[in-house]
Amino acid sequence: MEIGLAHYLTVAAIVFTLGVFGIFLNRKNVIIILMSVELILLAVNINLVAFSVFLNDLVGQVFAMFILTVAAAEAAIGLAILVVYFRNRGTIAVDDINMMKG
Amino acid sequence: MIVQSLAFYLFAAILVASAVMVIAARNPVHSVLFLILAFFNAAGLFVLIGAEFVAMILVIVYVGAVAVLFLFVVMMLDINFRELRSGALQYLPVGITVGLVLLVELALVLGTWVIVPDLAAVSGAPTPAPDQINNTHALGLLIYTHYAYLFQAAGLILLIAMIGAIVLTLRSREGVRRQNISAQVSRRRDQVVAIRKVPTRGGV
Repeated sequence: MEIGLAHYLTVAAIVFTLGVFGIFLNRKNVIIILMSVELILLAVNINLVAFSVFLNDLVGQVFAMFILTVAAAEAAIGLAILVVYFRNRGTIAVDDINMMKG
Repeated sequence: MIVQSLAFYLFAAILVASAVMVIAARNPVHSVLFLILAFFNAAGLFVLIGAEFVAMILVIVYVGAVAVLFLFVVMMLDINFRELRSGALQYLPVGITVGLVLLVELALVLGTWVIVPDLAAVSGAPTPAPDQINNTHALGLLIYTHYAYLFQAAGLILLIAMIGAIVLTLRSREGVRRQNISAQVSRRRDQVVAIRKVPTRGGV
């Protein structure tokens, strides 16, 4: 059976859904939530690259690289915020992050 | 062709299984390791359809940098992860509901979309034939010409992220004795040495 665009889109859809599901499943653990966000961004990248290859347009791969850049920056900043928060409060439970509630 | 299909199913199956393990593993270190496995298999999928450059960038950036960052943070923070997982099953129904809704919506989109007929007219940058020019070369020609400003902006984003992370995590501790070189060098003899006349049998 020929592997087509639909196969790649299906894999990306499953990974995207798993990422969203992971955010709900691990609602207390910020580290796993950040990893779920990485999974979602990976699914988006799979979509972009699959469309880019099967529609014969190279711009999709350029944009996949830019998404990769933003994902790396987001992971670095997110983990830095996490480290600072843990240093101040001694916990990373999402339920306790309510200092800025009005 | 059969080998390609088999490779696709292998990579896709491992990718989905490791994505499941990322969100289901009890130990966050295992989650990070499964995330690395997921990214490796996504890179395999990219190689399979001929996007080698993005695949290699994925391995370098994620496995080399982001996953190691996650590992460091997970191992550095002294957290009771079992306590964090305690109420996980409470959110299982809403999670399954949202996940199913998303999956059905994505399936509907997948089932009904069509490619525009005159594709070549709207194509931004048609891929050159792979036997003339390889993937990395073609991407480089595109990035350094049409997308040069966006490329610079991506570099700027990384710089801002780096500065932000350093500013956030840098701290000056109280009570740490550091070497103050200018104070050491500018010290003079009469400030630190004193000559006393010691009386006999008196001591200082």
